Amino acid sequence: MLTDATAATGDKIRCDACPVMCYIKPGAAGACDRYANHDGQLVRVDPHIVLERTVSHGGRLVPFQAGGDWDGKIVHEPDVFVTAIGAGTTYPDYKPAPFIVSSQIDGVDMVTVVTEGIFSYCGVKVKIDTDRFLGPETATVRVQGEAVGHVTTSEYGSQMLSLGGVHHLTGGSKKEGRVTCDTLMDLSNCKPVELVIDGGASVVVQAGYAPIVNGVAEERMRVGCGSATIGMFAKQWHGKVDEVVVVDDHITGVLSEHQAGKILDIPDTGIKMKGRRSTPGRYFQVAEPGTGWGGTRISDPLSVLGPFDPKVARPGMTMLMVSTTGEHAAYYELDEALKPIEKKMPADLKLSVERIQENCEPALCTVLFMGGAGGSLRAGVTDNPVRLTRSVKEALTRVTSGGAPVYVWPGGGITFMVDVTRLPAGAFGYVPTPALVAPIEFTLRLSDYAALGGHMDHVRPLASLKANPEARQVTPPQPSPGSRP
Amino acid sequence: MKRQPQIGWLADGRRFHLQDGPIDLIVEAHGSETNLRVAYQAAVRRFTGLLDELCDELALLRQAADPQRCSLRGIVARRMHAAVAPFAAEHFITPMAAVAGSVAEEILGAMVQENSLDRAYVNNGGDIALHLADSEQFTVGLMDRPDQFGLMRTMNIHASDPSRGVATSGCHGRSFSFGIADAVTVLARTASQADAAATIIANAVDLPGHPAIVRCPAAELQPDSDLGARPVTRDVGRLEQSEIAAALEAGAGKARALLASGLIEGASLHLQGETRVIALKKFDAKLPHLVRAVGTENAIHA
Repeated sequence: MLTDATAATGDKIRCDACPVMCYIKPGAAGACDRYANHDGQLVRVDPHIVLERTVSHGGRLVPFQAGGDWDGKIVHEPDVFVTAIGAGTTYPDYKPAPFIVSSQIDGVDMVTVVTEGIFSYCGVKVKIDTDRFLGPETATVRVQGEAVGHVTTSEYGSQMLSLGGVHHLTGGSKKEGRVTCDTLMDLSNCKPVELVIDGGASVVVQAGYAPIVNGVAEERMRVGCGSATIGMFAKQWHGKVDEVVVVDDHITGVLSEHQAGKILDIPDTGIKMKGRRSTPGRYFQVAEPGTGWGGTRISDPLSVLGPFDPKVARPGMTMLMVSTTGEHAAYYELDEALKPIEKKMPADLKLSVERIQENCEPALCTVLFMGGAGGSLRAGVTDNPVRLTRSVKEALTRVTSGGAPVYVWPGGGITFMVDVTRLPAGAFGYVPTPALVAPIEFTLRLSDYAALGGHMDHVRPLASLKANPEARQVTPPQPSPGSRP
Repeated sequence: MKRQPQIGWLADGRRFHLQDGPIDLIVEAHGSETNLRVAYQAAVRRFTGLLDELCDELALLRQAADPQRCSLRGIVARRMHAAVAPFAAEHFITPMAAVAGSVAEEILGAMVQENSLDRAYVNNGGDIALHLADSEQFTVGLMDRPDQFGLMRTMNIHASDPSRGVATSGCHGRSFSFGIADAVTVLARTASQADAAATIIANAVDLPGHPAIVRCPAAELQPDSDLGARPVTRDVGRLEQSEIAAALEAGAGKARALLASGLIEGASLHLQGETRVIALKKFDAKLPHLVRAVGTENAIHA
């Protein structure tokens, strides 16, 4: 929460959370690093929040003064910190710990460090639902001219970007590190960020919103690749049109040649596709990638066709050309010279185009924060790292981030990903190192806790915490539409 | 109604966590179950209200310490003053420089007062008070940068050693430093002494006027900082090897002087991957195989 000391003239506030009574400048935190001045408001920056998942309310966030009442018992089971928490709840504790190294590690009893803090070298994986060409794989992604990441693989209607990571945070210039840190934090806090891709597009990315590619907001995510679209709609086209071409930057589909067309006994049309045939009815590289039809750069779909084979084609044959999202579509009939001439699209074909549109989900940007816990800690402390990993993993029943479900990557360490739209607002912070600060929690189910012989008589119902005068009700973040629960 | 500190166990069920305002203590003791119970209860009792005691005299604690006399009343406040007084003639230093170590010492003292424990420690954000009964020992891990996991080294402190305090200071910390050290870890007879000395030595690791060092008046960062308008280190750019050596040597000189006068038992100074160790055979007793996994790893607290 530290900010560089510019001569900000905003109002200092007096924190009354404890008798130290710090004066806190806007954007800064008090001596405890727990309370901060956010636009003149005193806010707790390490909310001890209990995330109560009640089906009826769809979940609510209830801040909670952690720790509960100590009962005077000497407890050695590792699970007791959940005493105050019921089943299915989580215990996010943003409070960084000066006690990072567990006391079991190779006989190290304690660690002395300069400070306490969650310092994370981490990144975000951005999924941009678009067919449009954003840039070549491995191209550098820039913010304010600084390299913050790169274009990675394209997966079924989405372009993935990989941003952040230690090389951009600390491996480059100071400005690169700062811009990367800002970018990661803004994206993680669901703010819009304009990314410019070398040799590609400019795209405004905001978690939970449609991408804006070169100034145009994307509407739909395609239903599938061109070939898949043929497969899905072949039956609906059967008998209504002689040929269908689904134009796609990746795999363009041709109905008459496609397996789906063959099954329906759709006759050959003598169509000649440009590009490289992969399997029957499936073509790669029919055009250069771009932001036109189906993620190609063409605006005239006929440019992906060669001349029709006069031995097969006949005048009057009909053809539908459509992009993978149904956003672009045109209807043609072959004239006497077997040249396709655009005509008004018949209503039933129009319906099939609308059906493609309908089957496309809204295009979204989704941002997964990705970080690892206990990475080099293992390597740095023990020559038997897996033992440490296991000891951590076995101690956990569930890992959450700010109360949001996470995916824990199999293998070593605790590398997790979380949909940033599921975290409470402003859950991510940073330190000027630069590095991001992110919450992570470990939770046990009450039933498991009981099975372990836990101190059931000390479990406090969540309801008893709501009377806490310091409780601040937070509206629970909803997952972005289309994201999985 | 009296404000109650937060009290609880850490996830491992072994370490006890006490928090009140800016004070975070991690406590662990070993001994018989009955004695542990009494010890932890004593810690809680002593901790409750301790912050209020300090805040009663906060204004005075934030003023430069008088090397000769102490007008503070509280026992912890007086300990803070006593720890910084040896430096006050030569340096600007306030009793606040020893607050963490002094609080740790106080809580540890309460725990062992009426009670026999094999060993115990109170870790106040890296400033640690130790108790060691006969032939017991502690292993302390050192980190030079909290944002880069990996222990630089470990050291064993035996009951036969005079040291009962460990403290670390540096420019990345929650409290400000005049110097540029990533970390200066000091062993001393008490935690409060270690705390004050670590501050002084870390301040001495410096390259005055160097263009790669960004400084800013402390009060601009924290309006009520005890350091007032004095410039504190905000950022240190990459330094030449010779510059790192010069800065470390400045700190090491200070550390040697403190060692000679009996104020510390040893020190370990770290700056941009370089280390100077002063008079600490223990620091070298158990060097781990790896020094640090170069900051390529993620580190959310786990």
